[in-house]
Amino acid sequence: MDTVSDAPLLEIRGLSKSFVGQRALDRVDFTLRAGEVHALLGENGAGKSTLIKTVTGIIARDEGTIRLDGAAIDPKTGAEAVAAGIATVYQEVNLLPNLSVADNLYLDRQPTRFGLVRTGEMRRRARELLSGFGLDIDVSAPLADYSVAVQHITAIARAVDLSARVLILDEPTASLDAQEVAILFRVMRSLKERGIGIVFVTHFLDQVYAIADRITVLRNGRLVGERETASLPKLDLVRMMLGRELAEVESHREAGSAPAGSAAAPLATFTGYGKNRYVAPFDLVLRRGSVVGLAGLLGSGRTETARLVFGAETADAGAATVDGAPARLATPREAVRLGFGFCPEERKTDGIVAELTVRENIVLALQARRGWMRPLSRREQDAIAAKYIALLDIRPADPERPIGLLSGGNQQKALLARWLATDPRLLILDEPTRGIDVGAHAEIIRLIRRLCDDGLALLVISSEIEEIVTYADEIVVLRDRRHVARLSGDAVTVPAVLAAIAEDDARAA
Amino acid sequence: MSAPSRPTPSGQAPSKPAPGPTPAGATRGFRLPRTGLAQLAAFAVILLVNWSVSPQFFDVRLQDGRLFGSVVDVFNRGAPVALLSIGMVLVIATRGIDLSVGAVMAIAGAIAASLADSQPVAVCLAAALAAGALCGLWNGFLVSVFRIQPIVATLILMVAGRGIAQLITEGRIVTFTSPGLAGLGSGAFLGVPMPVVLTAVMLLLTLALVRGTALGLLVEATGANARASRLAGIDTRATTIAVYVWCSLCAALAGVVAAADIRGADANNAGLWLELDAILAVVIGGTSLFGGRFSIVLAVVGALIIQAMNTGILLSGYRPELNLVVKAVVVLAVLLLQSPKLGALRGFLAARRART
Repeated sequence: MDTVSDAPLLEIRGLSKSFVGQRALDRVDFTLRAGEVHALLGENGAGKSTLIKTVTGIIARDEGTIRLDGAAIDPKTGAEAVAAGIATVYQEVNLLPNLSVADNLYLDRQPTRFGLVRTGEMRRRARELLSGFGLDIDVSAPLADYSVAVQHITAIARAVDLSARVLILDEPTASLDAQEVAILFRVMRSLKERGIGIVFVTHFLDQVYAIADRITVLRNGRLVGERETASLPKLDLVRMMLGRELAEVESHREAGSAPAGSAAAPLATFTGYGKNRYVAPFDLVLRRGSVVGLAGLLGSGRTETARLVFGAETADAGAATVDGAPARLATPREAVRLGFGFCPEERKTDGIVAELTVRENIVLALQARRGWMRPLSRREQDAIAAKYIALLDIRPADPERPIGLLSGGNQQKALLARWLATDPRLLILDEPTRGIDVGAHAEIIRLIRRLCDDGLALLVISSEIEEIVTYADEIVVLRDRRHVARLSGDAVTVPAVLAAIAEDDARAA
Repeated sequence: MSAPSRPTPSGQAPSKPAPGPTPAGATRGFRLPRTGLAQLAAFAVILLVNWSVSPQFFDVRLQDGRLFGSVVDVFNRGAPVALLSIGMVLVIATRGIDLSVGAVMAIAGAIAASLADSQPVAVCLAAALAAGALCGLWNGFLVSVFRIQPIVATLILMVAGRGIAQLITEGRIVTFTSPGLAGLGSGAFLGVPMPVVLTAVMLLLTLALVRGTALGLLVEATGANARASRLAGIDTRATTIAVYVWCSLCAALAGVVAAADIRGADANNAGLWLELDAILAVVIGGTSLFGGRFSIVLAVVGALIIQAMNTGILLSGYRPELNLVVKAVVVLAVLLLQSPKLGALRGFLAARRART
């Protein structure tokens, strides 16, 4: 931190951005000093990517100022941002894997003589540049031959060589192993010493504490706060990222619901269930009339657990039983036959079939389970659609409207209807209330409670901790793709969940 | 088919303004080929143009128990491409494409012609169709199990298939004299040429199979969003294999018809480039190459439009080479009508007209 100066390198003030009426960024401030690593943190939808995209000129801001070295800048395209001195390296390296490392480093600015590329000269410069990053590799080999870490460093080297003052790293470590992360951190430290300011976006808190000097946390498009890493305990950080005003949280738990749940016979059990490099083996019991919540930060393995349970990914370890009998869950089809249903987080890509009507979307899972030879007649389809449109108050109440034209909340209700129509025994809901308006939000929570009372087993993933504690009988906490804690009964409280999420591995064991 | 109940702009504002896709942006995804008025009108216009260049165009006479005439020719000559388009539309609905149908025609024709003089016609037909089914399994397997891009996967059989057909005919043009098989090409049923009858039967059979069961919905869902469909419990793999098998079956039947018509199998030229006509027919029929909604009937109308153009150019006395240019212009027009940019522009203009 010796080279950190107090004069801001990049100064963002009052940045706002709305998308079709929804505020993605609301008067956000952000300050980056030269020679510091500044972590930008927040859950999905917090506004991290919007912030980065506005700074790098990929999307236009509504209001606010961006100053680089005290001078206001207004990049309209990514190229303008690079020219101004702001370079970005994304999680998915956007270089050309089939070209050589040297070509990638000097693409568009190759050294030439008489209009011809001087390959030898280019390779020499490339070797020199990369050696500054502690990398000694054959620069004439295709980029794809190298590990993701080397590809990242190549991307960083290119960005820095384009005279970057500010380097934005958007989740650079998501696909790296521990050793590769160490290499990347070494590069980041050397860049720090050169006085480059680094914005580091990640969801691995351990890495934040390993490398970042300061932390800025966003939530729901607002600035939560900016802190020195050294003076911010991890629990406080998690609270900043997830919690609302904790004082406001009142317990909605109904007395007696938890014991009733745990007494019921298990519907499905998973023992030592897991998949290599996906989720570490876990034990899980799902009971009728009981809600199990999965809590943890983004990328902690919640969705992965759900996908394994539903057969969307095939487990390579452990055993599952349904109704006490061994069950095979290698495809969603098999899970659906056993009475499972799954509302995925990514509604648009994994949930709705946008082009088909609300009616067709609602009957889809039931029809798939019956098989193509036993079609639901048009009259049956109309009856099912009408029933659930009324029951869940899907608006507009037009079964023949393409579902893609409905609002997010109504799409979510239609997806719930799709599974309810199959008369399921287990429903898996991945972030059922994300991206939907407040009214629909409350309705969906009421519905979850009602389904549970009707004897359904539910597995619910949610980032809204204070919300999930109000209806879950048991909460499993995940970290780094492991199930690290299980809270049930009276232990299901917001502070307990937050503490379990923030806890160090040593203490969790 | 259901009555299209499109969202109509009513006077009342909806209780909640729906965020998300704007009407203009949604044009491509939700443009349903339900009415087919445009295609039928285009077909009628082309027939009328043909009539104006050749006044005898609509003359039909009965000879030896079979109808003859230019307009009958449109249907008779159009039969092979119509057969191909019946299968092709299903493949395209799953967001795939099948370039091998022309080669499958050659294989099926070669098998049928080779067996014609030694076996009864039923055996010839069965052998040809079985070969077609096998080809379809191969394509479907490559696409859905090995996840090879459809255009590349079917390119393999497109190239190899013609070689296989030549191996069957031993590099010669195999001719036959069996009147049974020849009847499938030049015969007639109640005066209607046999190729037309076979195409109609295949069309009705496919409609019954696809729209009479839930297959149509499963195919549309798979094509529009394969990930979501799989998570909804649809066996997207089996669905994909099934459409490729059906497509190759249709192609095999088209190959038998083509061979029966010329009483011989020419492995080099049978069905040559017809895959492109079949894809064109599907596109003219309003089915998007992005998969999803499809119409089998309109794909067949598309095939008839192509053949009506071919026939018209021949009748008009222009050089047949012109045919290709005219076809290209029609493709361009149809694709432009489907382009999302143009759809957005249309929506913009409509909105402006509505405002003023």
